[in-house]
Amino acid sequence: MKRFFYELSESWKIAVAQMRSNMTRSTLTALGVIIGIVAVTLMGTAIGGIQVGFDKSMAIFGDDVLYVGQWPWKNVDDWWNYRDRKKIKTEYADGLNRMIAMTSNSNLAIAIPTSSVYRSVKYMDSEVNNVLIRGTVSDYIITSTFDFKEGRFFNELESRGGANVCVIGYDVADALFPSASPIDKSVLINGQPFKVVGVISRQGSFLGLFSLDAIVVMPLPAFQKYFTAKSEAEILVKVKDKTKLADAKDELAGLMRRVRGLSPEKRDDFSINEQQALKSTLDPIKNSIAIAGLFITGLSLFVGAIGIMNITFVSVKERTKEIGTRKALGARRRTILLQFLIESTALCLLGGIIGLTFAFLMCFLIGVAFPSFPIHFSSGLVLVSMLVSVMTGLISGFAPAWSASRLDPVTALRYE
Amino acid sequence: MDTRDSIRPVGPVVIDIENITKDYVMGEEIVHALRGVSLQIHKNEYIAIMGPSGSGKSTLMNMLGCLDTPTSGRYEFNGRNVAEMNDDELAAIRNREIGFVFQTFNLLPRSTSLRNVELPLIYAGIDRETREERAAQTLVDVGLGDRIHHKPNELSGGQRQRVAVARALVNRPSIILADEPTGNLDSKTGEEIMALFEDLYQRGNTIIVVTHEADIARHARRTVRLRDGVIESDELVSVAELETVALP
Repeated sequence: MKRFFYELSESWKIAVAQMRSNMTRSTLTALGVIIGIVAVTLMGTAIGGIQVGFDKSMAIFGDDVLYVGQWPWKNVDDWWNYRDRKKIKTEYADGLNRMIAMTSNSNLAIAIPTSSVYRSVKYMDSEVNNVLIRGTVSDYIITSTFDFKEGRFFNELESRGGANVCVIGYDVADALFPSASPIDKSVLINGQPFKVVGVISRQGSFLGLFSLDAIVVMPLPAFQKYFTAKSEAEILVKVKDKTKLADAKDELAGLMRRVRGLSPEKRDDFSINEQQALKSTLDPIKNSIAIAGLFITGLSLFVGAIGIMNITFVSVKERTKEIGTRKALGARRRTILLQFLIESTALCLLGGIIGLTFAFLMCFLIGVAFPSFPIHFSSGLVLVSMLVSVMTGLISGFAPAWSASRLDPVTALRYE
Repeated sequence: MDTRDSIRPVGPVVIDIENITKDYVMGEEIVHALRGVSLQIHKNEYIAIMGPSGSGKSTLMNMLGCLDTPTSGRYEFNGRNVAEMNDDELAAIRNREIGFVFQTFNLLPRSTSLRNVELPLIYAGIDRETREERAAQTLVDVGLGDRIHHKPNELSGGQRQRVAVARALVNRPSIILADEPTGNLDSKTGEEIMALFEDLYQRGNTIIVVTHEADIARHARRTVRLRDGVIESDELVSVAELETVALP
């Protein structure tokens, strides 16, 4: 055991000396591994980034809220079955709330009606297009996770009375009021003035794709007065215990059927969505990135491994006499095998470290260039790429190391 | 008479070879490199093995050095049967019992003298401190105390061969096996190396020199001549030694 350790440290020193004296050759050979490791890390970073970005975006939706709508949150093949469903109405929320109140031990806490359209928002000469205008009630704040940069959410009185007040998202405030505070100013939507009572702090974007800050929230009665055309309603239902989400979903489905007055043989003509459903729609994307990445990574590592194997064979050939000498001095087969395995592994590790540095720099640059793109460089990734490098070194070095260890000492000593 | 011809006590048998043969397959032909060689070497002998090329001299040296195993015959090294050992056992014998000195020195070019001399100790599993101490001491013993941290390309040919001798000695082997140790040296340096061997012999080492040069063989106390794979002659240099060696 002690001897094994001495041989190991000796082999390591030789490997380092060998790489130093053949710097150009070693670096060129390690290039394949460098590319492979860059691929591994960038792929890992991309997948990790998507995951982190997704979780961040999901947090905005809240994991204890069910969304009742006409459409499910996933791609459906039989879209025509959903197209002709009856529209969801904001009034359902009142019915649901009454039933929730009457049910003892209900898993549901409260139903919130929402209705949304996309419109332009103006202030003086400035205008923001494609802003999500959402009408809801003051309890909407319970189901949301946002904070206020300034001001407040509209209160119950404003909510019921349908006052022309609104809360605006960060992007809207930023575009219309670059220098002044928007509080108590009136913005124009559909030609109607709405007094700003609050500004939501920055939410970021959903998966870095579209902003969640281009939003205006107002009392439902005011919304219904001006924006009925093409509006889409959705009922948000907060559950009491998010660990019993499935039970809550069943209960809500039952209540919705009663609201809709469906006879038992009819199928649901609404969809109950949850955050989890979005996650499952994202999984295929993540998987296809992973498969493509794995293929590229595997290919470049394979090419890298062949390069390492080749150079180790060359090294064995060049140092045949040295191998003979070492055997004459008492090196066993295992010793020689170990020495060349360590050399190929050290080479791969060198490639791994260089590759990792490159990948890190690239991630950093991407992060600087596209701040909204979710970049996630984890220590686990560092570990994985180091492990991959070592494995590549061991696998690619094995054949040449084995051939070196089997050399006949007499032949090896005579080799010139 | 100088000390060379003085009567020396002869120690126990180190190498005992009986009727060994070695065949090689070269293409479709079988070459009989050794055709039945018997030889006994005692502790603290100084032997030259001579012969023209093709005489089986190198093959015999490979056998003696446990680099190769015979096709048939018996080979005992310190009473252990070498002919039936596997590769790892042979490696252990080479490491502990045999010190090789090569014609081309065979030093590791990028390692210092100290690291080169340390190598057999690494394979013997000796700890770093002892290793460095013993390697340094052995370098001092061969007269290279001031070249410990030099690399081979910073040394002269004679100095390189001295490093190689130190490397052969460092594990205190039973025999030192030198293959044309002066072949790559000028005659003056060659004589210096032979003087070093003489000194080692005087200090009780067993030395086997394989050479085709009579001048070099002259330093030994016993000369074994090979021809066509058999021993042609086996002579002691002095009558006094002949008597002692002939004892059972």
